Amino acid sequence: MSGFIAMTASMTPVSFISTSRRAIGRAAIGRAATVVALLAAGSMLGGCFEAPPVVSEQISADGVGMQTMESTESVEAKAALNVVPAALPPVPEAAGPLAKDVYQNVQVLGDLSVAEFTRTMAAITAWVSPDAGCTYCHVGNNFASDEVYTKVVSRRMMQMTQNINSEWDSHVGDTGVTCLTCHRGNPVPEYIWFDTLDPNRQGGMAANSHGQNHANMDVGSTSMIDDPFSKYLTEDPDQIRVIARNALPIRDVRSNLSTQDTENTYSLMIHMSTSLGQNCTYCHNTRAFTDWEQSPPQRTTAWHALQMVPALNNAYLEPLGPVYPMSRMGPKGDAPKVNCATCHQGVNKPFYGVSMLDDYPVWKAPGPNAALEAIDPMEPIEAAPAENGEAETTSSVPADLVPAADADDAADTLGALVPDTAAETVIR
Amino acid sequence: MAEYQNIFTRVQVRGPGEAGVPIGRDTDKRVGGWFFNRLAGMIGNAQIGPFYLGVTGSLSILCGFIAFEIIGFNMLASVNWDVVEFVRQLFWLALEPPPPEYGLSIPPMADGGWWLMAGMFLTISILLWWTRTFLRARALGLGYHIPWAFGAAIWLYLVLGFIRPLLMGSWSEAVPFGIFPHLDWTAAFSIRYGNLFYNPFHMLSIVFLYGSAVLFGMHAATILAVGRYGGEREIEQITDRGTATERASLFWRWQMGFNASMESIHRWAWWFAVLTPITGGIGILLTGTVVDNWYLWGVKHGLAADYILPYTPAVDPAALGTETMQ
Repeated sequence: MSGFIAMTASMTPVSFISTSRRAIGRAAIGRAATVVALLAAGSMLGGCFEAPPVVSEQISADGVGMQTMESTESVEAKAALNVVPAALPPVPEAAGPLAKDVYQNVQVLGDLSVAEFTRTMAAITAWVSPDAGCTYCHVGNNFASDEVYTKVVSRRMMQMTQNINSEWDSHVGDTGVTCLTCHRGNPVPEYIWFDTLDPNRQGGMAANSHGQNHANMDVGSTSMIDDPFSKYLTEDPDQIRVIARNALPIRDVRSNLSTQDTENTYSLMIHMSTSLGQNCTYCHNTRAFTDWEQSPPQRTTAWHALQMVPALNNAYLEPLGPVYPMSRMGPKGDAPKVNCATCHQGVNKPFYGVSMLDDYPVWKAPGPNAALEAIDPMEPIEAAPAENGEAETTSSVPADLVPAADADDAADTLGALVPDTAAETVIR
Repeated sequence: MAEYQNIFTRVQVRGPGEAGVPIGRDTDKRVGGWFFNRLAGMIGNAQIGPFYLGVTGSLSILCGFIAFEIIGFNMLASVNWDVVEFVRQLFWLALEPPPPEYGLSIPPMADGGWWLMAGMFLTISILLWWTRTFLRARALGLGYHIPWAFGAAIWLYLVLGFIRPLLMGSWSEAVPFGIFPHLDWTAAFSIRYGNLFYNPFHMLSIVFLYGSAVLFGMHAATILAVGRYGGEREIEQITDRGTATERASLFWRWQMGFNASMESIHRWAWWFAVLTPITGGIGILLTGTVVDNWYLWGVKHGLAADYILPYTPAVDPAALGTETMQ
C-alpha cells in the first residue's frame, strides 16, 4: 500500500493550504482593534495596501521610480500557499496495456499505461477534490459513466491544460500548468469570474452608471468599471490599447478612444496587478505606459496571457455552460470563466515558477482534441449512454474496489489502485 | 489668564454686535441679525452675521440645490434607493457624463441627460455666486481681487466641464460628478493623453499650487512670529514701518538675502493662487485638442530624458506580427 501512503502525503499539503489560509484570517482578527481598523481603512481605500514593513527593490534605472514593493507579512503568507506537494511515486514506464484498451470512455488520457493513468487520476483527485474523492466526478459503481457533470467538465479541463502547455508556451514557458495551478485542493477554483448584473437596476430615467461607480475589490476598490473581464477576457484584447500613438492629434479610430475606455483598461490592469501581487512597474515604465522599448520584458509574457485567456474562455470555459447545474452558474446564467487570478493567486509566477510537468509529463502533450478551438461539450454526453450501457456489463472497475460514497473510502480505493494492484485488477 | 497677551489675541470679547460700515443705498437691504458663537470665536470672528443673500445669492443657492439634488438622487437610484448602501458607497457613487457616441447632442436623461442638467444648474449657480462676490465687493468699495481670484477657479471648472468638451466635440470628455469617480477620471485622463506630467502647463500649475502652500506657510508664520511687536498691523506698517516689520524683513534677508514687503507678499500669494487654476486650465484645454500624447510631445521637444535600462526591453508581439506580415 505504498501508493496509498504517497497519496495521503500528497494530499496533506493541499489541505494544509486551506487550513493555513484560515489561520492567517484568524490572526488578522486577533490584532489590536485600532491596527485592524487602520489596515481595513487603508486596504479599502488603497486597494493594493501592503502592511509594513515593506521591502522595496529597485528594478530599473535611477530616476524612473520603478520598484517592487512587498510586505514581509504577505510574502510569508504567499510562500505558505505556493508549495508544490510531493509528486506521487513514478510507475514503471510503458509496462502493461494502455488505459484506453482497458477502461471504457477514456477520451483524453487513453494513451497512458494503466499504471500511469491510475497515478494521474490519483493526483487529480488530490489536487481537485481531496475531500469528495473519486465520486466528485465519477459514479461510484461505474467510473466510465459521464452521468456526473463534473466528469464532462474535468475532461474538458484536461484538454485545456494540455492545450495551455503545448500551445501557449509563450505565456507559461516550460513551467506549464496542471490542475493544481488553479484548483489548489478546491473542486471549484477559488478565483473565477462571471458576467455580473449591472448593480444599477433602476432603469427608466435614472442615470445609467454603465457598470461603474460601485465599490468593488476586483478593481482595487476604485470606482471604475465593475467587470473588466467580459469586455477584455472574452473579446478582442487589442482594444486594451487606449493611449494616443502620436504626440499631436490625428483623428483615427485608435487615437479617439475615450477617457472612459481608458478607465476600463485601467480596471483590467488593476486586476492583473493584484492577481500577480505586483505593481504597475513590474511590466511598465509608468512614465510612458504604452512604450514597449522602456517596458520590462515581463510585459511580453503578460501580452500573451491577454491573448491566451480570451482564447481559453471562448474555447473551453464558456462552451461548458450547458453542462453546469444552475448552482455553478453566474447571475446571468453563464459558465464560470478564468482570469489572471485563477492561476496566479497573488503571485507573479504560480508556485513561484516550480514546474510539475516533469513529474506528470502527460500534461505536456497536446493530447486528443487539445488543440481544437471549440467543441460542443454536450457531444461526449450524447455519446456516453451507449458506452455506459456497455460499461455496466463490463465494468472497468472491479466490484471490490468500487468506492463508497464516503470520501476516505474513496481515497482508500484509489490508493489500492496505485500502482501495482492496478495491472492485475484491470486485466481480464 | 496665564497666557502672554499680545494684540493678536484669542480672548473673545462680547459687546454689542458690529453692524459694519455704512454701505449707502443698500444699507436697508440687510437681512437678519447677528449672534455670537464661542466655537467660531476660536477660529475667527465670534460674531455670526449679518447675512446678505440678495437676488444673486438666493438664485445661486437655489440652482446649487437643484444640481445637488439631481446628483444625489441619481446616486441614490444607482444603489436601488437603498439608503444604507448610499451612505456606505457614497465615495464611489457618481453621475456620469454621456457616453462618447452622443457627441454634443442632448442625450436621453438616463444616458447623461441628468449630468448635463446638473452641470447646467451647477454652472449657473457658480456664475451667480461669482456675480454676488463682484457686487458685494463693489458695494463695500473694495477692489475686485476676490471675484477675479474666484473667476480663476471658475475658468478651470469651465475648461474641464464645458469648454474642452465643446472643442473635443463630445460631452463624454467631461468629468463625472462623484468623489472617487472624478479622481479615477483624472488618473485615466492622464494615462489616455500620455502622462500629464509632461504637460508644461501642468508643471506650472503644480509649481503655483505647491508654491501657494509654501508662501502661505511662510507669510502666516512670519506674521504670527512678529505679532508680539504689533506685526499684525502689517498693512499700516507699509507706510509707518515699525519694529515688527523690520525684524520680519531682516529675518528673511538673513535667511535668503531677500524679503518681500508687507505689501508685495500679498501679491505673491494672490498671483500664485490665481495662476494655479489659470495655468492648469490652459494645460487641460490643450490636452486632446492640441496635444494627444504629452510624453511623446516631451520626447519631440527634448523634455523627456533617456535612461539606460538594466533590462532588455519588452518586445511588442503585435508589432512583430505586423512587420512579418509586411
